[in-house]
Amino acid sequence: MAGSINTSKVAESQQANSVLLRVAGITVRFGGIVALDDVSFDVRRGEIAGLIGPNGAGKTTLFNCLSRLYDWQNGSIEFEGTPLADVRRHRVAELGIGRTFQNLALFKTMSVRDNIKVGAHCRSRGGFLANALRLPLTGREEPKVDARTETLIELLELGEVADIPAVDLPFGTQKRVELGRAIAAQPSLLLLDEPAAGLNHQEVETFIELIRRIHEELSLTILLVEHHMNLVMRVSDRVFVLDFGRKIADGTPDEIRRDPEVIRAYLGTDS
Amino acid sequence: MGGLYVNRTRLILVALVVVLACALPFVLSSYRVFQFNMVLVYAIVLLGLNMLTGFNGQISLGHGAFYAIGAYVAAVLMDHWGVPYWVTVPVAGVICFIAGFLFGLPALRLHGHYLALATFALGISMPQILKYKGLEEWTGGVQGIVILKPEAPFGLNISQDQWLYLFTLIIALVMFWLAWNLLRGRIGRAMVAIRDHPIAAEAMGIDVAAVKTLTFGVSALYAGVGGALGAIVVQFVAPDSFVALVSITFLIGIVIGGLASISGVIYGALFIQFVPNIADEISKAAPWAVYGLFLLAFIFLAPAGIAGFVRALWARLTTGSTRKKRAAQTQET
Ligand SMILES: Nc1ncnc2c1ncn2[C@@H]1O[C@H](COP(=O)(O)OP(=O)(O)OP(=O)(O)O)[C@@H](O)[C@H]1O
Ligand SMILES: [Mg+2]
Repeated sequence: MAGSINTSKVAESQQANSVLLRVAGITVRFGGIVALDDVSFDVRRGEIAGLIGPNGAGKTTLFNCLSRLYDWQNGSIEFEGTPLADVRRHRVAELGIGRTFQNLALFKTMSVRDNIKVGAHCRSRGGFLANALRLPLTGREEPKVDARTETLIELLELGEVADIPAVDLPFGTQKRVELGRAIAAQPSLLLLDEPAAGLNHQEVETFIELIRRIHEELSLTILLVEHHMNLVMRVSDRVFVLDFGRKIADGTPDEIRRDPEVIRAYLGTDS
Repeated sequence: MGGLYVNRTRLILVALVVVLACALPFVLSSYRVFQFNMVLVYAIVLLGLNMLTGFNGQISLGHGAFYAIGAYVAAVLMDHWGVPYWVTVPVAGVICFIAGFLFGLPALRLHGHYLALATFALGISMPQILKYKGLEEWTGGVQGIVILKPEAPFGLNISQDQWLYLFTLIIALVMFWLAWNLLRGRIGRAMVAIRDHPIAAEAMGIDVAAVKTLTFGVSALYAGVGGALGAIVVQFVAPDSFVALVSITFLIGIVIGGLASISGVIYGALFIQFVPNIADEISKAAPWAVYGLFLLAFIFLAPAGIAGFVRALWARLTTGSTRKKRAAQTQET
């Protein structure tokens, strides 16, 4: 008994530092534009990794590769040892990669609650027949989805707007709904594309709290794209920097802040 | 609490409508019973079309074709093989499901106007396919097929028209129950998600291609069941009953009734059954012009369909009453 507890603890601590996502030499071209140029990095299980870079650096393109929306010309991406190239687009969520979109991609006419429920699609079962005939399977699955949805609505403080169509909500709230929808899929890796865009100073503080909380409570690994430097530097364990599709730096927030290449990329001076 | 209240009122309303629908054949003339029988048939077809176009966002200008296939399957089975009328209905549904599913596969590559054109191509070619010489032995060519009206079973002491109406009503209730379950659940949410944002839907793990093609199949199944029932009710099928205008009329039905609304298809079915008659009574010379005016009037007065109009009216009434209740409560305290 004691032995088995020990081995599981060892396994857990090994897992804690294991590589969850491995991006190796990814290159993406759109006609003449090279959006990503031989980019490599690892994300370790349990960390919050920041991904920064000036406009057009290729951050969203990278996310789109991770959710299989874009194909890449060179390189490989492995998630928990599975090559993503072999995974079909609608299987990515089930595999454990969840995301939010830079330019909101909510289901506009659906209520906040239903948006979040769709997020749980890949974690529930029941097809056309089971649903139409109300087979016992549906009776078991739907309450689970409901319960999970209500928990998330509470966690994200969306109770007031739960029945309102997503399109009628302010930008910041819609971002929070997208976050809820992404977490409803119970991802092990959460990709956030500029989640704090449009938030004011006070809201950013609240958002930092929220990110830390979901990271902790849901034991998530997070890859965060954000232009809000203060936010990225405060929550990230490590930061990757992209510029014109190339990775120019990789390190702790302190290292990144002092990196001459990064400073040059951001100040845009050529010397 | 509020939700429970709404659910209970809704349940009472549904029960009232069902009771009313059951009583209809016993108080109306047999011609009116026939007309309401067709309303039920159209409601089934519109429910299927609304699933596809209203909920899932795939436009179809060719559902008349599936309606025709359903009608002919029923007619040929009864006429050639003496299959009982009630057996033909599920068979028509299954055959149309397969046809719809197969049509849904290439439709995956088409969007918006192009899908409209592709489905319209199906709708507009159907009458000529039904007239095709090679099929004449079964379809009866231009002449079509005459079907005998079924008797009421179990020695029930009701007329054939009354029985046919009740038979259609039972099937309609089952079809509505199934649709309600489907659309309120996981798959219904997936359908709407695909309509609203297909890329995000796929990123949430929805197998977009599978849901779209199956929805096409189910939608055609509804049209097929409606077609079979329609054939039995009218007692006759002929190619010229299934011209392209039938498909357009179905689309009118779901838009006027209310896109992505289950109750809306009943309003839509009433519209497509009765408004042409009313238009004809108003002007024998230009009934289509009158019909057009009716269309315009509905579009302007109820831009979210009749269902949307009713919903808005209902919301105004209920918020009014809660306000009164609140006022009463504050007076008490
Ligand atoms: N679908 C596409 N077709 C053509 N070019 C594209 C496409 N997607 C991205 N690009 C190009 O790839 C480059 C990288 O764009 P990307 O959106 O990844 O940048 P980003 O780092 O997310 O920028 P931002 O901070 O502004 O969001 C840009 O030059 C962009 O124009
Ligand atoms: Mg971007």
